[in-house]
Amino acid sequence: MTQIDPPIARNQPIGDEVKFTTCYMCACRCGIKVHLKDGGIRFIEGNRNHPVNKGVLCAKGSAGLMQHYSPARLQKPLLRVGPRGSGEFREIEWDEALALATQWLGDIRRTDPRKLAFFTGRDQSQALTGWWASQFGTPNYAAHGGFCSVNMAAAGLYTIGGSFWEFGETDWDLTRYFLMFGVAEDHDSNPIKKGLGKLKGRGAKFVSVNPIRTGYSAIADEWIGIKPGTDGLFVMALIHELLRAERVDADYLARYTNAGWLVIDDPGAADHGLFARNDKGEPLVRDLETGEVTAFTPTVAPRLSGEALLPDGRSGVPSFTLLAARYLDPRYSPDRAATETGIPAETIRRIAAELAQAAFDAPVIIEQPWTDWAGRRHDRMVGRPVSMHAMRGISAHSNGFHTCRAIHLLQTLLGSIDTPGGFRYEPPFPRPIPPAIKPAGHAHQIQAGKPLAGPPLGFPTGPEDLLVEADGTPRRIDKAFSWEAPLAAHGLLHLVIRNAWSGDPYPIDTLFLYMANMSWNSSMNTSGVMQMLVDQDPETGDYKIPRIIYSDAYASEMVAYADLVLPDTTYLERYDCISLLDRPISNAEAAADAIRQPIVKPDRDVRPFQDVLIDLGARLGLPGLVKPDGSPRYPGFYPDYIVNHERKPGFGLLAGWRGAKGEDHGTGPINPGQLDAYIDNECFWRAHIPEEALYFKHSNRAYLDWAVKMGFLDKAEPVTLQVYSEPLQRFRLAAQGHGKVQPPDEHRARVERYFDPLPFWYPPFEETDVGPDAFPLSALTQRPMAMYHSWGSQNAWLRQIHGENRLHLHRGLGQELGIADDDWIYVISNHGRIKVQAKLMEGVNRDTVWTWNAIGKQRGAWNLAPGAKESERGFLMNHLINDLLPARDGGYRYANADPVTGQAAWYDLRVRIEKAPAEDEVSEPRAPMLALPPGLPERPSVLRYGVKFRGLK
Amino acid sequence: MTSLPPPGAKRLGLVIDLDICVGCHACAVNCKEWNSGGMAAPLTDLQPYGVEPDGVWFNRVHTFEAGEGATGRTVHFPRSCLHCAEPDCVTVCPTGASYKRAEDGIVLVNEDLCIGCKLCSWACPYGAREFDSDAGVMKKCTLCADRIYNEALEEVDRVPACVATCPVSARHFGDLGDPQSEVSLLVAARGGYDLMPEMGYKPTNKYLPPRPRRDQTTCGAAPVALAPVVVAEADGFLGWIDRLLSR
Repeated sequence: MTQIDPPIARNQPIGDEVKFTTCYMCACRCGIKVHLKDGGIRFIEGNRNHPVNKGVLCAKGSAGLMQHYSPARLQKPLLRVGPRGSGEFREIEWDEALALATQWLGDIRRTDPRKLAFFTGRDQSQALTGWWASQFGTPNYAAHGGFCSVNMAAAGLYTIGGSFWEFGETDWDLTRYFLMFGVAEDHDSNPIKKGLGKLKGRGAKFVSVNPIRTGYSAIADEWIGIKPGTDGLFVMALIHELLRAERVDADYLARYTNAGWLVIDDPGAADHGLFARNDKGEPLVRDLETGEVTAFTPTVAPRLSGEALLPDGRSGVPSFTLLAARYLDPRYSPDRAATETGIPAETIRRIAAELAQAAFDAPVIIEQPWTDWAGRRHDRMVGRPVSMHAMRGISAHSNGFHTCRAIHLLQTLLGSIDTPGGFRYEPPFPRPIPPAIKPAGHAHQIQAGKPLAGPPLGFPTGPEDLLVEADGTPRRIDKAFSWEAPLAAHGLLHLVIRNAWSGDPYPIDTLFLYMANMSWNSSMNTSGVMQMLVDQDPETGDYKIPRIIYSDAYASEMVAYADLVLPDTTYLERYDCISLLDRPISNAEAAADAIRQPIVKPDRDVRPFQDVLIDLGARLGLPGLVKPDGSPRYPGFYPDYIVNHERKPGFGLLAGWRGAKGEDHGTGPINPGQLDAYIDNECFWRAHIPEEALYFKHSNRAYLDWAVKMGFLDKAEPVTLQVYSEPLQRFRLAAQGHGKVQPPDEHRARVERYFDPLPFWYPPFEETDVGPDAFPLSALTQRPMAMYHSWGSQNAWLRQIHGENRLHLHRGLGQELGIADDDWIYVISNHGRIKVQAKLMEGVNRDTVWTWNAIGKQRGAWNLAPGAKESERGFLMNHLINDLLPARDGGYRYANADPVTGQAAWYDLRVRIEKAPAEDEVSEPRAPMLALPPGLPERPSVLRYGVKFRGLK
Repeated sequence: MTSLPPPGAKRLGLVIDLDICVGCHACAVNCKEWNSGGMAAPLTDLQPYGVEPDGVWFNRVHTFEAGEGATGRTVHFPRSCLHCAEPDCVTVCPTGASYKRAEDGIVLVNEDLCIGCKLCSWACPYGAREFDSDAGVMKKCTLCADRIYNEALEEVDRVPACVATCPVSARHFGDLGDPQSEVSLLVAARGGYDLMPEMGYKPTNKYLPPRPRRDQTTCGAAPVALAPVVVAEADGFLGWIDRLLSR
């Protein structure tokens, strides 16, 4: 037989139309190019011009069309008719749905606005939703950051005025030594992959510190399989070594940080441990040349050591001296750290030596003159080519705040923050430390029928900023900004349901959730939360949480627990705004923002949630959402708001093409044609930082001036890195009895201990609480690269990659326990027990077990068939994780969270494992089967997607 | 049985860098997406929302571990048709449906001639053939023949979808028949190798091995520890730090 060679397409356009927009398959927000053909989506690819992904697209992004065409898409508003949790609804019209929501919310607003708790999940419209909460008048608002990464954000913003992911990135082109802590796919997706490819191609060394050797760790030069929750100790041991060898960047510390600022040394005084300041409030330093105590001004080079006599006769020491004393202590020696981290002391010593060598022996030099804030002209930019990145493995521990601060401290000591080859800020960062936004929610800021007098989230700098009653009782439903979580900059999503259920600190009326799968993978203590959501007052029969409104595009687990469901669109059916006021998509070289535009029209009776929120706001008469005559201020809904809303004159949600003709960038008057300008420019905007301003941004005059011009900073003042944190000391002083705002006695010792102005390490709480014997193993969940939380499970393609999960454990541990691949085992914590299948592996810390996150689904959810492997063999670790810590003396139970920020500590989990009987080969617990919401399409048994697009044979 | 064309000078194929593949499946899914509407469409999915979804994929990524202890590693291994020079999957085809193109070496299936006998999938030792039981025909990686020659695409886009989308740039496309092509030079420089050369199919695609790792086993000349300097000093604790300051 000879071959017949059919012709191949040689000039066939992919589709008949191309539209640009922004991906929403995870939080990375890549630019995408969508090819449409015959009204259907033919192909989604990465946009080569886009600053985030530069043309590439990950597995999730490429599966976007399956997300869009999912049979799990909700079809119409739903009103609950059966018991809560049964999934029994009837379809209603939007008019009825909005009238009902308006009535419920209107009643609350007229009486006590705090009785609305409005929490969003992976919301990419927080510039709107947070503002809306303020307009409504409730402080009880947050997105999912408290569950996810507030330790990273807060530690960074209180230390260097920026942080990992949205706030900064590694200098992928120039770094020579890259240290990555606790990163799976989370934060951020494609830029890290692109960066690692570059970095390895250049021969830079990549060290991954991670208990699990998957994903990025698999390609690291060196994998350090650390014991979970001990990264801070490892970092502090590195600092110990660097200090002992005098291998720190003294000039950098003196110029750009508060290392030289004098700390008042007057134990017992109300200002002990605060910075000594002159009457203008300027911090005092000791002049290196003259030895005089003087203000830290551009012309003064401060000493970093020795004691100083302060003008008031007391003694002060440079904060560096305190820092050095802390970490030179044998407590932080490699030998001591080795025991707790499981990393050999010689490895710690070697890594420290390699860091010092990379930073100091071969600096990266860019021949670019620049001028620093003090007016000092520098002929060139000298960089320390060492950089670091960290995310959930640091964040989701109860010691995450201090650990993250320690990582920034290490980078600062090496002089690498925003230097060539180091960690680089992404505008609008750096910002003042911390950003000058205080959370609103004090009694005088909340009034029935009125907006909240400020934003619901912010950055406290002392006890007076806490949202507490005179007796210390929290004023927010999630207890954010209370003595239990003073720096809760992202709120505590993970406590809302428990607190609303128990009426602690007060009962609420309506829980309004958007895109937060709280009855499943977005909660700790999942089984308990499911109970709280359906729990009724035995006397009245009323639900303990009286009303729940939920908006989601899909039939997720949480839908079943709502009283009113407002169906959202998919990401390809809407306008959206990736605003610099929310989580920016800038990179180190340019500021950027973006929009989504509707690619296709919804074929269902659904509305973009943001449109609905603006509509509801107008119906409620919220001041910012109505004109003086009471008519809607934004009749064109979200796109109208994106263009026409200003926070102050010239400052809107989008920074690009402002001004009547689109001539202004950064700030400027409203441009009615702004969205068209974005669409004409592939749906993103970018402003390059001037060459002279690309590094040392915290101190670079050209950058500071540019940032002011763009509206990112109010004043062109340097951002002095805070290695020693004065705000933390203020809380500690309060705990010691100083000041007007005092913690209740039961919280005093805790606040005093954890508000240490210098990072310190302590074991994660759960390990201390449950002890090493009964629960000898750490248990982690990590996100697989091809799947983003629960969204992926209804995706026809992604569920073929990850449709069921196993508990992975070290081969040696498996052998010891007699466990083989696919055996059924019980995983037991101090809170619960799950039954799952095992998978042995080599590349995992011997005392750590782990699984992929949120593969397991509740039966009946997401329009998956009964018996789907996600619910038969998939499982959720969350059932094992308590949302509260065990009772302390006096019986009080704190949140299972970081004591500084309230970040959920779901990586603290400790377990033991036992063999389970093999009968009923299904995972446990078995959550009840959910009824399918009405109107969902039938699941196809065969999917021949794309057959209609088939081109030339 | 189907005969092979005379060996051609041009051998288009892929070079896959195992040093930097992080196993993200971007290539696999973008391939699926492109080809779902491409010349071999559809890539049918059976029971896509059912108990065990099962679809056609031209590119699959396998993750496994090799070695133990300090020398152990996790390997992410993307697998697709290798467009062999001497592929039995073609020669076993009873109808001429499975064929190798003379002009560029790409191995394709002519669905009009395919009778779904699956002999080719038995012949392929790499497991690269994908039977679409709904359509009743064999399908496989086309090396995106409908992209690489498609002048309706910008020139930079005329590469296989898996190459265009790979976030770490672990995938390269070019003419492995030309020793001076970028891909051939890359293979030469990095010691690219054939999969299972002992089978004798002479695969066109090459894999680049992981670069030597610089870890505890190989740190070589690097300093092993910093020499401690900080001791109690006559001029006071930490005086050294101020001596480090430039005046």
